Amino acid sequence: MKTASKIYMTLAFVFLFAPIVIMLIFSFNEAKSLSVFSGFSLKWYRELFRDRETLKSVKNTLVLAASASGISTLMGTAAAVGMMKLRSRRMRKAVDTVTNIPMVNPDIITGISLMLMFVFVGRIFGSATSLSFATMLIAHITFCLPYVILQVIPKLEQMDPSLSEAARDLGCTPLRAFFLVELPEILPGILTGAIMAFTLSLDDFVISYFTAGNGFQTLPIRIYGMTKKTVTPKMYALATLIFFAILFLLILSNVAERKGEEK
Amino acid sequence: MKKTVSLILCAALLCSVLLLCGCGDKAETLTLNVYNWGEYISDGSEDSFDTVAGFEKWYEETYGVKVHVNYDTFASCEDMYAKLSAGAVSYDVIVPSDYMIAKLREENMLLPLNFDNIPNYKNISEDFKGLYYDPDNAYTVPYTYGVVGIIYNANAVDEADAGSWDLLWNEKYAGSILQFNNPRDAFGTAVYKLGQDVNSTDRADWDRAAEELKAQKPLRYGLVMDEIYNLMESGEAAIGAYYAGDYFTMLDAQAEDVDLRFYYPEPTNAYIDAMCIPSCAQNKELAERFIDYMLSEEPAIANAEYTYYASPNRVVFESEDYREEMGEEVMEILYPESGDFAADYNAYAYRNLDAATLDYINTLWESIKIG
Repeated sequence: MKTASKIYMTLAFVFLFAPIVIMLIFSFNEAKSLSVFSGFSLKWYRELFRDRETLKSVKNTLVLAASASGISTLMGTAAAVGMMKLRSRRMRKAVDTVTNIPMVNPDIITGISLMLMFVFVGRIFGSATSLSFATMLIAHITFCLPYVILQVIPKLEQMDPSLSEAARDLGCTPLRAFFLVELPEILPGILTGAIMAFTLSLDDFVISYFTAGNGFQTLPIRIYGMTKKTVTPKMYALATLIFFAILFLLILSNVAERKGEEK
Repeated sequence: MKKTVSLILCAALLCSVLLLCGCGDKAETLTLNVYNWGEYISDGSEDSFDTVAGFEKWYEETYGVKVHVNYDTFASCEDMYAKLSAGAVSYDVIVPSDYMIAKLREENMLLPLNFDNIPNYKNISEDFKGLYYDPDNAYTVPYTYGVVGIIYNANAVDEADAGSWDLLWNEKYAGSILQFNNPRDAFGTAVYKLGQDVNSTDRADWDRAAEELKAQKPLRYGLVMDEIYNLMESGEAAIGAYYAGDYFTMLDAQAEDVDLRFYYPEPTNAYIDAMCIPSCAQNKELAERFIDYMLSEEPAIANAEYTYYASPNRVVFESEDYREEMGEEVMEILYPESGDFAADYNAYAYRNLDAATLDYINTLWESIKIG
């Protein structure tokens, strides 16, 4: 029994990580091929840092993900706090369901309907190019928002309501009570929500594809455009770098958490 | 209290949106929006010439005005068409394929070019004038062209069998033949083999082609698009039809025990990708200058070397440097001797078919994939 579970574990890990390992290996391949490994080389990493358009799309992706997750975290937290304060249970359920729609809606429907709306509104204002960075940002906030709310609400539910009542008894204004008592309590939920929003925005393709305007291409859109010819190993190099950056952040956050617990 | 907070939130949201909208307007800098296929321009990688930066520099030196080029890419003509026709974006220069140009023109989505701004149009070879998608040469300037040929592994295929479309139906090589995984190209191979018209609207023609494709099924390794690169390079498959320019990409990466060769069966499909200005263009004159720049010597040669597709530009074809860089073998394959390219092209190249015929072909295609 023990061996069976060990084999199962090994297989699960192989299927999870083999693709990443293969990509990592081929990012160091001297040739362009995916089938022949002709020698170790850093050529594709050098090429990557010379590719202006790709670097620009990486920058675009990061700027977009940072602003979308920042704004949706602010809005989502405010929305969650507001939803908890709703007195009628039925009303709360209704608001809860409505905010979850963007999450369960297929991406393709969200993407197309947002594009149609932007074009429609753009026409009303007589603008020839209705899509821009702003429209893409609005789209990303739309689909990130429910994930933030989903992370913050349980934290608010766990919190003892008498805590903020006590703070107000002792003379805090509602706003001060929120910043001094509630916010530190729900902070882990807010952070998880922000990280989720950031990663969702980072790798979204479908919605970005429909709402991208002139001159603002994100990385997924650029890679998709490369399929006329083959995707160059530059992209394997880029994906490897992104993988290690994320791994590093994860380890860092784990270490920070451990230190926090020790205190 | 509550009201003030929500008012502040509203104001912050509105401000950020307005700020973002305002970012685009920088004084004194012109913006040119280009929409091209991915990996389809020399972009400075692997020590090549950076075309976009070159244009920005050239324009500033020549006209004294700064230009900023937004260079976006698409993966298929259909994607590009969807974005343009929704009216969601505005591009100044687009580079669609021939059949899509015909469609855009029918729908009045292209602007006629002012050739006074494109003096380098004289570089375009006569073979690429008067083609069906633009009979009066008013809307387009050809960028690249390519012809479909058959690639085979000489270590697995007897050379005596090569030479025609029949190789794709040769029972000796059962299990190692690749076929296109899209209806238009796959039916094309069968139609050329039968010697029929690829732009036929007669259903009986397409039924016969479908029979051929069904007969090929037991011989096929599979239906592929991009996967053809790895399958051919590694020697896993031995025969497949693809574009000449892509053959060289495979040749560069072939495994040691693989010896890829290439030939053109007769007749075959050719495609042309051409630069045009869509009706949503914001700066037509600047777009024409960009097209003109793309036809001048340095960028034209750099692009032809980078994409490995054939160039309709005589300056490229006659350049000693270019011929040397490509090598004799490549030149022979990329620029096959043909009597009259324009006539062959107008007779044999795929055109945009009417909706009913396309539907019928798609239905047949589904039955081939399932059956």
